[in-house]
Amino acid sequence: MNTKNYKLLSGNEALAQGAYEAGLKFAGSYPGTPATEILEYLTQFDEVDAQWAVNEKVAFEVALGASFAGVRSIYSSKHVGINVAMDPLMTAAYSGINAGFVIVTADDPGLHSSQNEQDNRLISKFAKIPLLEPSSPSEAKKFIKLAFEISEQFDTPVLFRMTTRVAHTKENIEIGQRQSIENKVFEKNPQKYVMVPANAYKKHILLEEKLLKLQDYSEKSDTNIIEIKDKELGFVADSVSYLYVKETYPGASILKLGMPFPFPDNKIKKFAAQVKKIVVVEENEPFIEEHLLQMGIKCTGKHYTYRVGELRPENIRDIVENKPKTQYPSGSRRPVLCAGCPHRAVFVALRKTKVIVSGDIGCYTLGSLPPLAALHTTICMGASVTIFDSLSKVLGSDKVVAVIGDSTFVHSGITGLINAAYNKAKGLIIILDNGTTAMTGAQPNPSTGMTAKNEQTKKLDLEALCKACGADNVEVIDSSCKSIEYKIKEYTIQDKLSVLIVRYALCKMIDRTKKPAPLFHAEKCKKCYMCISVDCPSIVKDEQGNIKLNSNLCAGCNVCVEMCKFGALEKNK
Amino acid sequence: MKTVNILFCGTGGQGILTAAEIVGLAAMYDGYHVKKSEVHGMAQRGGSVESHLRFGKEVFSPIITNGEVDFMLSFDKGEHDRMIHLLKKDGKDLFQDFAEADKKITDKKFLNTYMLGILSKYLGLSKESWQKAMQDVFKSKFIEKNFEVFNSASSNGDEK
Repeated sequence: MNTKNYKLLSGNEALAQGAYEAGLKFAGSYPGTPATEILEYLTQFDEVDAQWAVNEKVAFEVALGASFAGVRSIYSSKHVGINVAMDPLMTAAYSGINAGFVIVTADDPGLHSSQNEQDNRLISKFAKIPLLEPSSPSEAKKFIKLAFEISEQFDTPVLFRMTTRVAHTKENIEIGQRQSIENKVFEKNPQKYVMVPANAYKKHILLEEKLLKLQDYSEKSDTNIIEIKDKELGFVADSVSYLYVKETYPGASILKLGMPFPFPDNKIKKFAAQVKKIVVVEENEPFIEEHLLQMGIKCTGKHYTYRVGELRPENIRDIVENKPKTQYPSGSRRPVLCAGCPHRAVFVALRKTKVIVSGDIGCYTLGSLPPLAALHTTICMGASVTIFDSLSKVLGSDKVVAVIGDSTFVHSGITGLINAAYNKAKGLIIILDNGTTAMTGAQPNPSTGMTAKNEQTKKLDLEALCKACGADNVEVIDSSCKSIEYKIKEYTIQDKLSVLIVRYALCKMIDRTKKPAPLFHAEKCKKCYMCISVDCPSIVKDEQGNIKLNSNLCAGCNVCVEMCKFGALEKNK
Repeated sequence: MKTVNILFCGTGGQGILTAAEIVGLAAMYDGYHVKKSEVHGMAQRGGSVESHLRFGKEVFSPIITNGEVDFMLSFDKGEHDRMIHLLKKDGKDLFQDFAEADKKITDKKFLNTYMLGILSKYLGLSKESWQKAMQDVFKSKFIEKNFEVFNSASSNGDEK
């Protein structure tokens, strides 16, 4: 094998490389596992305007706008990010595009890093747009080029579904040349771009006709391939499930669906006619299985218990026999806030004040786990502020506090704050400003004053913004347990809407400087384990019940020192 | 040739993903089809880390089927015990080597390189590819020291 032009790239990187080679000029995204690396990879190219948008709806619209303006454009986010972008997505299916436009959804079967495991293949049918699904990084690179061609040929956005496994697998990828694509001309065309009822009605008629043409394309497309081997057993599979089938049943016949929607009905019938038993293998929802059943094709799908979680190669035999799932993930180490994380002090203070905490999405969601256990609701991005709004009105504004990160606040906390002020909510909202979007690997956001390409830009003034939204008090403080605890008590009893911004201490991923670890005086230790209760990876209890401080790991935040009443832990000056 | 299956496991920050990356690159430079699979994100905040590395003529599944692991490199006793059932009957468990290396190597940041040196004795990949892979990953950072540690592990003891 010639290894000269090959790199070991992840599915996300291969997709991005393929999009670049396809002449991509615009990319909009919001960070979210397992999609983040797509936009990150694209920031290296001068020819691509790659940007972190403030949220997915915004990312989608700016990317769609770029397509309207005449350049090939891509939107990418994790599966739940698509929910935020659903409003423009549903109507973009009607309007169509100008230059090629691809919507990448990175689904997370198995919830490796998500709040649900929704199956976004269903969106293709709901929105009436074609769906492409690669099974590997090399296919992601090949299919993304095809996605732009389909988009332009049929005047439609294309839904491109990755999963965690495809996105985070690395494979040898051949690096190719960038195609030179001329910008398309934007023409004023209200019938196409102005989706008022009269125009949209006509567009819906065209959309239904378009789907028939796309179905015809799907029939002929070599992304949907029939491999005939053993005629006793035939599989219908998509995405990485196809590779699990190949691994487990190398001799079986397979219909591989790389473009499951619109379904290639004739190809499915042709395959069904050639094999005796059909088994459908797909992760999460029975999307393909239900379609086969609707067509009147007898098939075995997976037992309903396999709708939960990711598939693994060893599951395929169970699925053939329609056996229920018996193995559930267990026993792995739970994640924990990093040593020196500025969020730790906030959760220690919140735990002490015993308030109900409406939380949000970010590293600080880990504050819900014992022994901190100081975060009590998490639904979706921005919901800390809105859930707080009602909780405080029903349960009392002195009993509830909202906690939200800087990036999440900009994403969708701002509207909640305006609503809370407008509808006369009282109480305390805490913004955890650690200077980055931490959970997804430290991406910049408007409040950091840096762009995705690491260029300086206008810095969002959170204090002025919160005041403008209607907060009565806005105060910025440092991350120390005692001062935060004091402020929580002060603000929750006021009949005011207050925002406390905890700042200055940065996320340890962007600020690697360490202060000296505290001194530990074992003779003074009463083994009360209050220091352990801050849940820091650098201070643990050994098998004999003695405190062990790992000075190499410790970042010197001294939260454990604040907890020690006996002077066993001492700040090292 | 048969696909080679290597499982790396341990906890965040131990250099497990780096180690797997180096093997993947070395196998790629030797002309093999490589698939390497791991999970990022929340799972990495000090939690369990596992990386599946497979190489051969043509690799299908990115993850190794239970009971098909040829080589297991664990960097943590707990993770080792949790994952050991994935090892093939005649598979090679390198945890004993790790435990010994852990005692011997004082600067822990070179532990993963040392373990790669041990693993290299079984894989038959070329020395040039290992070197190129380490250069890619470590860049100029302690590269000479990494070569030295790798070579000290790969040159002593029993061969396959």
